[in-house]
Amino acid sequence: MSSAATTAAAVTTSTLASGRSQDRDLRSLAFLGALWFSLFFGVAVLFALIVDTAISGAPRFDSALFTQYTQTFDPERAEALAATGRDPKDLSAAYTGFRSGIVGSIILMITTALLAIPLGVSAAVYLEEFASKTSRFSKVVEVNLQNLAAVPAVIYGMLAATLMAVVGVQRGIAIGGAVALALLILPVVIITTREALRSVPDEIRQGSLALGATVWQTTWRQTLPSAVPGISTGTILGLSRAIGEAAPLVMIGFGAINFAPEFPFVTSKIEAFPLEIFNAASDSKEVVQQAASAGIIVLLAMILGMNAVAIIIRNKFQRSW
Amino acid sequence: MSTQPATANATSEEEPLSLALSIDEEAAHSVIGDVPAESVMETFHLNVYYGGFHAVHDINLTFGKNEITALIGPSGCGKSTVLRCLNRMNDLVPGARVEGEISYHGQNIYAKGVDPIAVRQHIGMVFQKPNPFPKSIYDNIAYGPRVIGMKVDNMDDLVEEALRGAALWDEVKDKLKQSAYGLSGGQQQRLCIARTIATKPDVILMDEPCSALDPIATSKVEDLMLQLRDDYTIIVVTHNMQQAARVSDRTAFFTAKPDETTGNRTGLLVEFDRTKRLFSNPADQRTEDYISGRFG
Repeated sequence: MSSAATTAAAVTTSTLASGRSQDRDLRSLAFLGALWFSLFFGVAVLFALIVDTAISGAPRFDSALFTQYTQTFDPERAEALAATGRDPKDLSAAYTGFRSGIVGSIILMITTALLAIPLGVSAAVYLEEFASKTSRFSKVVEVNLQNLAAVPAVIYGMLAATLMAVVGVQRGIAIGGAVALALLILPVVIITTREALRSVPDEIRQGSLALGATVWQTTWRQTLPSAVPGISTGTILGLSRAIGEAAPLVMIGFGAINFAPEFPFVTSKIEAFPLEIFNAASDSKEVVQQAASAGIIVLLAMILGMNAVAIIIRNKFQRSW
Repeated sequence: MSTQPATANATSEEEPLSLALSIDEEAAHSVIGDVPAESVMETFHLNVYYGGFHAVHDINLTFGKNEITALIGPSGCGKSTVLRCLNRMNDLVPGARVEGEISYHGQNIYAKGVDPIAVRQHIGMVFQKPNPFPKSIYDNIAYGPRVIGMKVDNMDDLVEEALRGAALWDEVKDKLKQSAYGLSGGQQQRLCIARTIATKPDVILMDEPCSALDPIATSKVEDLMLQLRDDYTIIVVTHNMQQAARVSDRTAFFTAKPDETTGNRTGLLVEFDRTKRLFSNPADQRTEDYISGRFG
């Protein structure tokens, strides 16, 4: 019998339609189960955390959370409370809000962006468009950038604090925190900008150069505009990491503040949202802890909102070359 | 030659010419036929290296005014390398080094102090894959004149002139503000040609301009090339021998010679002559083998 005939004879109903799938035997199912467990472990913990925090913060999703300072004494409310015979101090705690933190974090983010974007984009443009790709210098910078992205945030806080001390400015002002956060996200901005520039095809650059444009004109008028969606996505993701950071700001000397920042905001003392939440969460009064839980949800919403904007920009301007 | 095995000489009669001779001996065999009387560009002993790799060996060519010169040859024979040297686009390749001379109206464009940007403003280039900018059709054309600081009285007129020059005006005149990416491949390639002629160059280099196009789009681009010949000097690299035969006035045939020790292939010129003569009555056996489809 020829080999083809042997094969044909072996293909019977019993071998093909056995009613079982070898992809669904015990070992495969056990492995699949382990994969599902790994997936759900992380997701379930995160989900439980959010739900638990949301429930404990539920009584405090009100406008006071955004408009009031931390445990400020409100004479009007105190009067109302005195009429009911309760302690005015409790009421001010019950109406504690994160106004200074939210305002502070917004100022901090804008200042950070103003510092990190020009520096990061320029550095990336130099590395991608001007520097020799094969030089030892580029390779050293490359390795350093990857390492910088992994440096703990506290280290950047110390660096910025030293810098501020050398310059001789006050502790706890916006620019100090912004320097620390900008240093923190600089590697992220540089790396994502380089990736965005790299995704612009070389044909575009060559087409421009062949017309007699300079490298500078080509970068400024062709490559960079084409890379803007990628750059903004990376920058927003970097900023959304920075907005949740508390450690470097402690190093800078950010503290509790119960007043509005003064113009110009960069030199004003401010408070950061994550720090304010941290302080509230370790407060002895339960009402303040409640506010902390609500604040965590607000901070999460802010971060998710920024990430959503990044994703929308990426999808809207995604280009297939 | 001492590194060569002793058997190499014994079998030299069966071996192709390229293995028996050194590259210098072989380059000396180049057949230079009828050379144009009025030249725009010339190469003298052009050698190109990428790092330690010798890409092109001793090319001597003359490109005639208002002529189409085709560069043909098998893959890796260095024809694109030669083309990219002609407007110093090879400068952009890391490690590329050019020896010899390329003269443009008598001036060596590789001389010290020559600005490659200025060279490229005179010698435009169209690429293999249509590469319009991610902008509107109008801005694609206007980009070149703007960046080189051309004095333009009326940009609209210049855009129209360039698009008419590339036989594209009638197809796009109603959608000048739309993205160039909405055009077909053939239209995109003609847009790239329009973009090149908008800066009013002297010479247009074309690197396999039709290899990404279908036959109908190809014939449109070929017609355009014949039309552009009246005003420009065109040098075109092509894989398509029929195309070279159809459009070019003169043809240069290149071949690739592998190095005996490293196996790296170095391109060299075999024959340069009027297209008609080169295709009908080639002087070199290798040219005949190539154009009759026996290799490459």
